[in-house]
Amino acid sequence: MTRWLFYLLIFPGFLFTTILGLLIVWVDRKVSARVQFRQGPPLLQNFNDIFKLFGKETLIVKESARTVFVSAPIFAFGMIVLLATIIGLAAVYRIGFAGDLIVVMYLMMIFSVAVILGGGSSGNVYSSLGAGREIKLLLADELVFILVCLIPIIRSGYKLRLDEILAAQESGAFIGSFSGAIGFALGLLCIQAKMTLPPFHIPEAETEIVEGPFMEYSGPLLAFWKLSQGMMYVIYPAMLVILFLGGFHWTGIGILYSVLKYLLIVVLMILIKNTNPRIRIDTALKFFWCIAAPACLIGVVLSVWGL
Amino acid sequence: MGWYNRRLAKSLWVFHISGSPCNNCDIEILDLLTPRYDLERFGIKLVGSIRHADVLLVTGILNQKVAPKIRKIYEQAPKPIFVVGVGTCMSGSCCFRDSYNIVENREAVIPVDLYIPGCPPKPEAMIAGVAKLLGVLNARN
Repeated sequence: MTRWLFYLLIFPGFLFTTILGLLIVWVDRKVSARVQFRQGPPLLQNFNDIFKLFGKETLIVKESARTVFVSAPIFAFGMIVLLATIIGLAAVYRIGFAGDLIVVMYLMMIFSVAVILGGGSSGNVYSSLGAGREIKLLLADELVFILVCLIPIIRSGYKLRLDEILAAQESGAFIGSFSGAIGFALGLLCIQAKMTLPPFHIPEAETEIVEGPFMEYSGPLLAFWKLSQGMMYVIYPAMLVILFLGGFHWTGIGILYSVLKYLLIVVLMILIKNTNPRIRIDTALKFFWCIAAPACLIGVVLSVWGL
Repeated sequence: MGWYNRRLAKSLWVFHISGSPCNNCDIEILDLLTPRYDLERFGIKLVGSIRHADVLLVTGILNQKVAPKIRKIYEQAPKPIFVVGVGTCMSGSCCFRDSYNIVENREAVIPVDLYIPGCPPKPEAMIAGVAKLLGVLNARN
């Protein structure tokens, strides 16, 4: 019992992922700044931001559905902590349970649902616009994401457990095959859309609908959203490493390789983020349904053939 | 100086209101985000929503039409909030002081913590001014 609480609250779960997530957000801001020939913020900037937000006043809009408005960010944060624990246990200790990949897919969707609830309940036009766009983006990327998850499942011999998928990759990571390469490339784009990073930051769109669903949030509630977004930077690339790049190894040279694999995905995401403008919601839907989904289906067929 | 104040001073999120300006100050404020001045070095960032803001940058003379709206925006901000008046218009009405629609007592509309004069103020002056908010913080406690 104590061991599971430790997993949930300290090591792969809450504390570790929060701190690592805020550091990775710093990497994001710093790399983005360097791409734009700026200096960028200091190392502990995000910690300052979060501590500051926890000390500010919380305003609850009179027109909002109060209970949903307050509980949505806390609910989303809880989901992300749970997700971090499941992925972290698979990545670090190789512990899994029956069907944990399905649980992971569901938890990732529930975070978007929490964003939709929070944005829709705040009684602001821009927030509800953002919530509506989040629904459309979820419709767009969910199909491709499930197809992407199917590829490692099929290649590992129809295993639904993360630790068994990792064990199947001991002889060679899935990215070495055709289907794995297709799955990895599309998975990267799906993650970009799930984290609502540019070019898929349609629900947030700072210049257009001012952070969309998060517009009316202030103080600690906003801090919970920011923390969840930071932790997603840890979870989603780690998930991609587990599914396609052979997971993390914690002995000898493996540590270096593990960190490099993870950083490769993060830097790729940041570079995609910095070099692409926002696309419209109809282009996003068209891209995911008409291009990405058929490509991913081809990947699934190839993986059935064992390529 | 308290621990929380130091955190606050290192992470000021700025919301920018135009209270009937000539747009000159606004252009200079946006200048601060360019690579040459790069305010993100100090943890300052421009936010689009008043609910996220720690500092209100107000430009312009505040005529009678915008004054109630600016008051409303100030009341919507989560406290603690600082108000910085940018430009000569905010600090001394500039050449518009005899105008018929000007609000005489701006401090009654919105309590300004700090004035940065200049028409428009240089970006360096604005960075120095925002850095001086730290002094305001210490005086409040």
